Amino acid sequence: MRVKLKVTLLISIFSFLVAGNPLVIAGDLDPFLGVKGTLRIAGGTAHIPVMKEAAKRIMHINRTIKITIAGGGSGVGIKQAGEGLVDIGNTGRKATDDEIKRYGLKMFKFAIDGIAVVVNPENPVVRMNKAEIMDIFSGKLDNWKALGWKDRAPNVYTRDASSGTRKVFWKKALKKGEITKTANFVTSHGAMKSAISVDPYGIGYISVGYLDTTVASVSFDGVFPSLENVRKGNYTIARGLYMNTKGEPSGLTRLFIDYILSKEGQKIVAEKGFIAVN
Amino acid sequence: MRPSVEKFAEKSFLLSALLSASITIFILSFMVLFSLPLFKGGKIVEFLRLGWNPYDGKFGVLPMMVGTVIIASFAMLIATPFGIGCSALISVFSQRNFGRFLRKLVEFMTGIPTVIYSFVAIFLLVPLIRDIFQKGTGMCVLSASIMLALLILPTIVLFLTDAFNSVPKNYLNAAEALGATPVQKLMYVIIPSAWKGIISGLVLAAGRAAGDTMISLMIAGNALQIPKGLSDAARTLTSHIALIIASDYESPEFKSIFVCGLLLFVFTMLIVLVLRLLGYFEILRER
Repeated sequence: MRVKLKVTLLISIFSFLVAGNPLVIAGDLDPFLGVKGTLRIAGGTAHIPVMKEAAKRIMHINRTIKITIAGGGSGVGIKQAGEGLVDIGNTGRKATDDEIKRYGLKMFKFAIDGIAVVVNPENPVVRMNKAEIMDIFSGKLDNWKALGWKDRAPNVYTRDASSGTRKVFWKKALKKGEITKTANFVTSHGAMKSAISVDPYGIGYISVGYLDTTVASVSFDGVFPSLENVRKGNYTIARGLYMNTKGEPSGLTRLFIDYILSKEGQKIVAEKGFIAVN
Repeated sequence: MRPSVEKFAEKSFLLSALLSASITIFILSFMVLFSLPLFKGGKIVEFLRLGWNPYDGKFGVLPMMVGTVIIASFAMLIATPFGIGCSALISVFSQRNFGRFLRKLVEFMTGIPTVIYSFVAIFLLVPLIRDIFQKGTGMCVLSASIMLALLILPTIVLFLTDAFNSVPKNYLNAAEALGATPVQKLMYVIIPSAWKGIISGLVLAAGRAAGDTMISLMIAGNALQIPKGLSDAARTLTSHIALIIASDYESPEFKSIFVCGLLLFVFTMLIVLVLRLLGYFEILRER
């Protein structure tokens, strides 16, 4: 008995020292101790960095919990959560009334996210107004020269039908305007970022949480898509990020959602480049 | 004991044959059943005529049909000469052991997943194509066709070497006795007598090119236009299905993918039908 206690004590001291990481003693993860089970998450791809970090921390303190995270887009999130294929379906848009009614979905908003127009870092055109952006995406403005750059056509990238980002961007930035038929389709934020980062003439849109130096964000009507501007409401192409469950969540699903909404979970949200809601 | 084992084996083989046959028929009827509502009231014309713009109520798949045909045929155009050359090297021109080694290599190629081909192409081929054309993204008909050609090459080579090797030995001996060079042997003896095997290989490869999803999804660009040139991005029926399947079950977009599935099914069935007909005519001719 005594030996066991000593060992436990040693382990906790050891992990405190080695990991140097406050999680082990943080209170928000406590509910996961002694819980077993698997949790399946799928859907929106903007959510993945936050989900991954939370899952890492949870599985770190309790190795009997298995959390799997898949992408697919908001449409997949709703469908799979509604069909009971996953426990949590992520969406980058509100579920429609019809979807909520059909599946009995419950929504949990855990972050606010901006959608930034991005170009390749080589591209000096980082200021555009709404009309210019609409014209580029509709294909009407078909040369970077018109915006003061090289004599090359812009390569427009867009997302597939399942994307919540696409729906929000189309509604708020393009005012439900047309997207050119020559646009290339990619299926996640990650894929969009890598496509733009290797295509000097590309233009697309990604979640503010995914911005880094491999792409350049474009100011929209003079407002840069910084976290500050999204928080203050100056940058208007913003949306909530949601977790959806079929009916009232329970067990591990409930714990996970509570954790994301807890102080520590919201800190992860902020660290990953989104705006916390709590 | 023995007869009963025999009988059991026979019955179970029959069962598995029936099962696989009925699954094919079941899938076809499933597709037809689900796409039927969309065909009612002359809507089939719309499917073939209009473009794809769900927000405007247009669910036409003509661009995807054109994309499929163009990408697959171009892949065939690239792969066929390479395939014939490669098989000729393996079974006619090279030393026995070297030929065997080459064939093993080609067999190994069949095992490479298409996602690996596409992944490699994104980093190596796509930037090159973009630089060559000096327009577009490099994700285009040509990139996809080149990678698809690589994908179907093993199918062609394996079928062709089999066909070349099954040319009766005495024909070859006769040709050699007449002083034929290896090239003459290939052109005037082997290819003419192995043409049936060549056709089956090519047709199967064409089916594979039309049916592959990952390569066109990842490197053809998936644009909704009807491609006008090799440097244009295009979308195939398969990648269209993969892109739309995530949308809402009740939406007309989702329902329309059954039509795409049906079209793809009919397309590949046509290819197989052509193969069977060619074989049939050959039998008639030989009589």
